[in-house]
Amino acid sequence: MKRTRLIGRGFIYLAAILIALCILIPIYLIMIAAFSPRDVIYSWPKALFPQAISLETMRFFLNSYKVLDSVRNSAIVAVLTLVVSLLIGAPAGYGLARYVFRGQDVFRVMILSTRAFPIVILSIPLGVTFRQWGMYDSLISVALLHVAMALPTTILVTSSVFMGISRELEEAATVFGCSPVQAFMRVALPLALPGLAASAIFTFVLSWNEVFAATVLTLFNRTLPALLIVQLDQSPVAFRFAGGFFILIPAIVFMFFIRRYLFSLWGITLK
Amino acid sequence: MNLKRLNLEPYILLLPSILYLTLFLAWPMVQSFGLAFQTDDGQLTLAYLQRMFGDAEFAEALRTTVKLILAIVPLQFLLALAMALLMMERLRGSNMLVYIYSIPLAVSDLAAGIIWFSIFTERGYLNSLLHSLGVLDKPFLFLNYQTNWPIVAIVLAEVWRATSIVFVILVAGLQSIPRDYVEAAEVFGAGWFKRVWRVILPLLRPSIQTALILRTILAVQVFAVVLALAGRGVNVLAAEAYRWYGEYRNPHMAATYAMFILSISLTTALIYLRTLRVKEEMRL
Repeated sequence: MKRTRLIGRGFIYLAAILIALCILIPIYLIMIAAFSPRDVIYSWPKALFPQAISLETMRFFLNSYKVLDSVRNSAIVAVLTLVVSLLIGAPAGYGLARYVFRGQDVFRVMILSTRAFPIVILSIPLGVTFRQWGMYDSLISVALLHVAMALPTTILVTSSVFMGISRELEEAATVFGCSPVQAFMRVALPLALPGLAASAIFTFVLSWNEVFAATVLTLFNRTLPALLIVQLDQSPVAFRFAGGFFILIPAIVFMFFIRRYLFSLWGITLK
Repeated sequence: MNLKRLNLEPYILLLPSILYLTLFLAWPMVQSFGLAFQTDDGQLTLAYLQRMFGDAEFAEALRTTVKLILAIVPLQFLLALAMALLMMERLRGSNMLVYIYSIPLAVSDLAAGIIWFSIFTERGYLNSLLHSLGVLDKPFLFLNYQTNWPIVAIVLAEVWRATSIVFVILVAGLQSIPRDYVEAAEVFGAGWFKRVWRVILPLLRPSIQTALILRTILAVQVFAVVLALAGRGVNVLAAEAYRWYGEYRNPHMAATYAMFILSISLTTALIYLRTLRVKEEMRL
């Protein structure tokens, strides 16, 4: 009995580790591809372990026409997106968490249902509108669309962050003479900061990764994913590998910082 | 709190969000309708719709998209469920495992496509591995459009990238199931399989629903993975919408495709909501 349990336990660990390897190995492969010199990239058969580490391929990618510009564009759009969605979304999240009001449930359900909204449907009419407004090919228009995409999640996450902070703390501060705004700024906000930061990072990654809307809305001012996808057909594999790895970096770094908040970011269900 | 006096504070806090979402989410939807069903001088028309249905590319794109959804979504669900149940076993190092399992959550579809391209391409890692194992002596063209391999590669890339979101939603759901329920079932002699089937899965329904709706809607608009792996060799609905807008400069046709994508999304969401309905007495 005990022995079969032990074997069963062993299989469970084995399965868990195998799955982890399946996730990590492709990332490892693109990493060694991005840091291999060019002759290794074009060689056959390819070695599964790094032969020579070199920055040649990455340098080639970053020095390619418009790549650095597009990296900067992506960063601008992502920062704009996270600032705007936090400024607009956090108050709504706070409102949802702290007040009981008529229409609250309707609002919550609407937010939840827009979260999974197809980006394809937004991009095309907004592309037409932005063109009419003379905002074609502008980074601001991309950021505006990314905010529309990120806002529902921001609202839900910030509301769950504020729900985790006891209302009594703020009430105590007002008893001691703070105004409601001061109580919020001095008590609730500092406590909420890590959660808000996680939400901001998540929004940054969402915007950094987004490719369809960015491709539809820009022409010369491409963000990095948009630039990559329109050039993919004609570019050498070394360029693709380095580019693929480059978009991956912030994703992996940022995931590490928000890992504690994963479940409040995505675990919210329609009840 | 005085409930009789209408408290305006929450409405003021919500107002910016509501305005923003109306302007940049609800209004574009309405406009999408207009683009799909109106000519430039404002006359109602079904011409774009008819043109889309008559297009040879449309049938092909629809078939491929449906094929991809049918392969990807069930695979992801089963895999994510297995992963989530593994996490219930309280393994040592499970924090590390949860982190690793959720890394792909932050990986863009384009990056995932490129990563799997490096594996499946002619001189890629898969061919190299098969060569060193002595299975092949010269590279096999996996991404050849005449075969089904590009579809296999796309499915693998999507499963690799987007299983974690299902996983995270399911784990969050599992955490909200009281341990007593599962333990009670165990006391009454239910085996592992029975506990999962009779206790855990029914209680997990809201999470399953959310995960399936989210995943299907995202799978309907699969785009960058396909382009990165197969270029123009494999056609999907979102790529058609993009081409009509960006290359053929026809926003009407692009919007018609977009509306079609929306209608598939809504239909599948409704199907899930009905078939996985959570009965009142089963709620926690």
